[in-house]
Parts: sequence; structure tokens; C-alpha cells
Amino acid sequence: MEWFSRNLPYLLAGISVGGQYALIAIGYTMVYGILRLINFAHGDIFMVAGLIMVYLSASLPVYVAIPIVLVATVVIGFLVERVAYKPLRQAPRMSIMISAIGVSYLLQNLALYITGGLAQQYPSIPWISDTIQVFGATTKRVTVITPVLTIVLVIALVILIKHTKIGMAMRAASKDFETSQLMGIKINSVISMTFIIGSFLAAVASLLYFSNYTGVVPTSGAMPGLKAFVAAVFGGIGSIPGAVIGAFIIGICENIIKGMGLTTFSDAFTFALLIVILIAKPTGLFGEKATDKV
Amino acid sequence: MKKKALSVLMTAAIAAATVVGTAASAFAADTVKIGVYEPASGDNGAGGKQETLGIQYANSLTPTVEIDGTEYNVELDIVDNESSTDKGPSAASTLVSDGVSIVLGSYGSGVSIAASDIFKDGGVPAMGVTCTNPQVTQGNTHYFRICFLDPFQGTVLANFAQDNFEAKKAYILTKLGDDYSAGLGHYFKKAFEELGGEVVEETFPDGNSDFTSYITSAKNAEADVFFAPVSTEAAALIIEQAAAQGMEMPLLAGDTWDSNVILNAAKGKDVQIYVTTFYQEGGNPEFDEGMKEYVNSDSTAKANNGGDDTIAAVSAMGFDAYYVALEALKAAGSPDPAKVNEALWDVTYEGVCGKVEFDDENGDAIRDTAYVKTANTETGAWDFVGEQGVK
Repeated sequence: MEWFSRNLPYLLAGISVGGQYALIAIGYTMVYGILRLINFAHGDIFMVAGLIMVYLSASLPVYVAIPIVLVATVVIGFLVERVAYKPLRQAPRMSIMISAIGVSYLLQNLALYITGGLAQQYPSIPWISDTIQVFGATTKRVTVITPVLTIVLVIALVILIKHTKIGMAMRAASKDFETSQLMGIKINSVISMTFIIGSFLAAVASLLYFSNYTGVVPTSGAMPGLKAFVAAVFGGIGSIPGAVIGAFIIGICENIIKGMGLTTFSDAFTFALLIVILIAKPTGLFGEKATDKV
Repeated sequence: MKKKALSVLMTAAIAAATVVGTAASAFAADTVKIGVYEPASGDNGAGGKQETLGIQYANSLTPTVEIDGTEYNVELDIVDNESSTDKGPSAASTLVSDGVSIVLGSYGSGVSIAASDIFKDGGVPAMGVTCTNPQVTQGNTHYFRICFLDPFQGTVLANFAQDNFEAKKAYILTKLGDDYSAGLGHYFKKAFEELGGEVVEETFPDGNSDFTSYITSAKNAEADVFFAPVSTEAAALIIEQAAAQGMEMPLLAGDTWDSNVILNAAKGKDVQIYVTTFYQEGGNPEFDEGMKEYVNSDSTAKANNGGDDTIAAVSAMGFDAYYVALEALKAAGSPDPAKVNEALWDVTYEGVCGKVEFDDENGDAIRDTAYVKTANTETGAWDFVGEQGVK
């Protein structure tokens, strides 16, 4: 019991951060599934959602600010796709990827300009930022909410994909992009929907993540984004359950490594894990056996 | 064809930007330039801006200097080193090519060390304002500094921990690859162990914002104090997460934490924070009043000071640094950087943070006391604890 209560905080932190990575990872994996594009700007959309919350909460009550944050992030995700990716749909895949990197730097530098480079203190959201006791470990309520909310959202997403018309269109587009167009699927609205869902989940992730780790800087999206991307590849890019499981594994492992006193290696470990998995199983845990190149 | 026109246009735009940049460096003859090499963004952006504010305030009070019978306008040439050791050197080169007579800065020892050779090769003397790592001035004749050093500061903190908390065990958290953080952590550890204590050391990588596991480890190690010589950005996260996890041991840190970023993070939370610093608000009422007025008169200045008029020790140090630089210019009798460099060795100045006098070996200021402050979590201000020397 003594051992348990000493080590529980590591596990809690791991599950919580894993859930947040999972929500970001879904955005990467869905876009990849349909467009075969690694959306490098996704981590920055997550950061922008955090900044919007910081600025909105300065003048609006939290319960008004949260819905606006969700909507604004979705709009930004949608616009990024329309402005920076859609015109390049016929271009070589490499061009659209460079465009994604460009958007990523654009967002980071805009944030740098607006914030003046200083860390912005994230507002504390009532109830979810409260401190609670879990089996003797003291933590914020958001730590416990994150995994539950993540699983609920993932189930909702899976239902959406399996049982609705737009979900069916998404599955068709990810199987065969061109044929599905020929079959009368409005491919642009399918792609927009993908970005909308991805951005929405990133906004939810930012609410949870920044409630726990309350500083927002222009590069805040980089590390979580990178780790979520690793999680998506780890689970098999294109697969939603894969991304979620991959994210939880990475979040938990990272914190256990820290708990073992190997703090210097916690990031190195994450990326070493990626290399090992890819050597052993090039398509990731749940990846499809496609042979096309990224 | 349209694309070709676009690429020509883009190339032209880039070329034009370069020309404009170069043209700006032409200046009038009776102006002397003081370079300000400070971070305005990145990890140390908040502190760098406050240090720059002190320099700007001093410049607004004394905008001219008489050198060898001629009245010169003092122009501040401010560059942003982005708190980054790989971007700092190019900012430093800008100052050298702008023809500054002396450089002030930087907040953050790592960037100062990184730019040291640029200043040396350019023949420009530099004066560290609050960079406390010994390596900044060690083994060179062009880098000076007006603050105390980490071996001193680390020892002061170790003494303080044992005197006030009867600390037997300390948890030290430093940032990987940060010269300041690793250096101060090292000197604290050395002093603490010499006093008979025990330490647990851990590090975190750049870009880390999850400190919950470190706090758990500190609690599990049953440490008496948590020593975290890290940037204010990381500090705000540590404070927040320490409070959320109900950490009871006091947090100790060096000069970096003397910032309103820390006060804002700690306000209303159940944490104890102690820092060592260069200046205590109230030490010089005249300066305090003028500085507050200056900060309140300009919304940009206020934003750069973190949104209120709390006086950071680094601002007071920046203020002193500016006057030391003017003294050096007067003593040199010429704005020529080489002469300023020579004159610096013998400059003495009575500033708001105490007397500045350089030793003959490395050009470090001779200082023997540090102030200790604690964050009052109710009022959101610093409370003075006392002066602490070394046993």
C-alpha cells in the first residue's frame, strides 16, 4: 500500500497526459488516413486554442469562453485546410507537406508576435482545476477527468465513423480517394469534416492539457504535437484506436521513466521507442498493410 | 509566367529588406551607441525585458554623456537574443557591426557565454548585468559583470536552507543544457554537501511542461527543500503543479525567480518560495518612485514589466549597468570600444544595488551579500527576509 501510494502519482500523470496526447493524435491520424498528409500544423492549432482561451477568459466568463474556444479552433483548422492545403490537392505530396510546415511556423510566429514571447498564464477553470485526493495522492480533478473524457469522445467518434453517412464517406475516401470521388462523394466536405473533428479534439485537449500545465508559449504545441504524432505512428497511422492506445502507452511510459529517476532520458526514451517499434513492425501496432510511401 | 513574376517579386522583396536593414545602421557623428544584448522572447523573455526596462529608464533620465569635452547622445541599440544559444551570436554580430562602444547583457548566462567570442573578435567590451555563471568572465579580458556569481549564490542558498529550515536533504531540479541552471545547481549541491547535507538531483529537458512526476519524486525522497534554479517560465509551471499536488516543502531559487511572473503564479496558492536577489524594493526610494512612474507612464513598458509596477531586481541592475557604462565612456575619453575596454577595469560606481567595483582577474564585481525574499501569496508581493552572507 505504501509502495502504491508513492507511485500512484506517476501513473495518474501518465494516464492523464496520455489522454491529452490521444486527443491530439486522432487529428494527425484521421488527416493522414484520408489525405496521406502529415499535418505538421496540428500541434500549433492546439497551442493557438490555448492562447485563445487565455485572451478570451480575460474578458469573458469561463462558461462563455470555452464554447467560443472550441468554435474558433474549429474555424482555424477549417481555414488552414481551405487556404493552405486545398489549392495544393493536385500538387505532389511533398509540396503540401512543406505547406503544412509553413503553416506551423506561421502560427508559431503569429503567437510570438501577439504574446511578445512571454508565457501566458492559463486561466483556472472552476471545478476541473480543483485539487482533489485520489487514494491518498493529491492532484487536480482534470487528471482524473481526462482519460474518461478521452474514451467517451473516442467512442463517439467511432460511432460517427461506423454508423453515419459522413463517416461512411470518410471510410470510403480513406480506402480509395479517387474512386470515392467518382462514386459521387463530395470529397471537399469530407476533408473539411476531418479537419473540423481533428481541430475540435485538439481544442478539447488544450483545455485539459493547459489546465494541468498552465503556461502557454508559442512553442507549447511543439512537444505535445510531436509526441502525439509519435503516438499516431506507434499505433499505426490511419488507425484511431491505434493512436489512442499508442498515446496512453507513451504518456504512461514517459512518466514511469521519470519516476525511476531517469529523468534525463524521458524524451529520449519516447523516440527510441518509436524507432524500435518501427523496426519490428513498420506499420505500427494497428497499421494497415499499405505499401505506399509517405 | 505568373509564377516566374511571383518568384522575381519575392526575391526583390527579400533584397529590399536587406538593404533597408543595412541603411538603418548609418548614424550621426555625435552619437555613442550602447548595445543591449537581451532576450525579449523565449524562456527568459520576461526577465530580459525587465532588465532592458531598467536600462531604458536610465537612458531616459540621462540621455547624453560628455566624453572628452564633447556632448554625445547615447543611443541604445537593443537586440533580441531569443534566450537561445544558437540565435544569440547572430544578434551579437548585429551589435558589433552597428559599431556599439560597449554591450550590456545578457540576462541568462548561457547566451552571454555563446556571444562572448563574437564580442571578443569584434573588439567590443561587454558587461554582464545579471548573468551569474563564472564562465562568462573566466579567462577573458573583454567580459565584465556587475552582479555576484553562482559559487557565491549557491553557497548563500545552501546556508540559508540549513539555517532556516534545518534542511538535511535537498531536491535539486535543473534544466538540461542550460548553463545557468546546471551551474547554480552544482554550486548549491557542493555547498550543501559540505555543510553535511544530502542531495537528490534530477534534470528536465527543453520544452518540458509536465513537472508532476518531479514533484512526486521530491516528495518520495522526503526532501526538506526543493531547489529549482530554472527560468521563470518553468518556475510558473512548477509552482502551479507543486500547489496542486500539495507539496509542503519550501521552494528555493536564485536571482531568476525574482520576478512578478513568480508572484502571479504563487498568488493565492499554498506554497512557500524563497529567492536570493540583487536588490530589494525599498532599498532606494528615489529610484523606486522614478521607476514606477516610468513603467506606469507607458503601456508598452508596463506590459514588458509583466503588467504591473513591481520593481524587479534585474531592472535595478540594468539601471546601474547603464551608469557604469557611462562612467567607462567618460574614463575612456573616447567612444572607441578598445579604450572603453581598458578603462572599465578601474571604474567604480555607487549604484542603487550597492557599490560596483571590478576585481583585477576576471572583471567580476566584488560583492559579499545577497538579499533573501519570500513570496507573500496573499498580497502577491515580495517580503524581505534578510541579508544572507556566507559562513
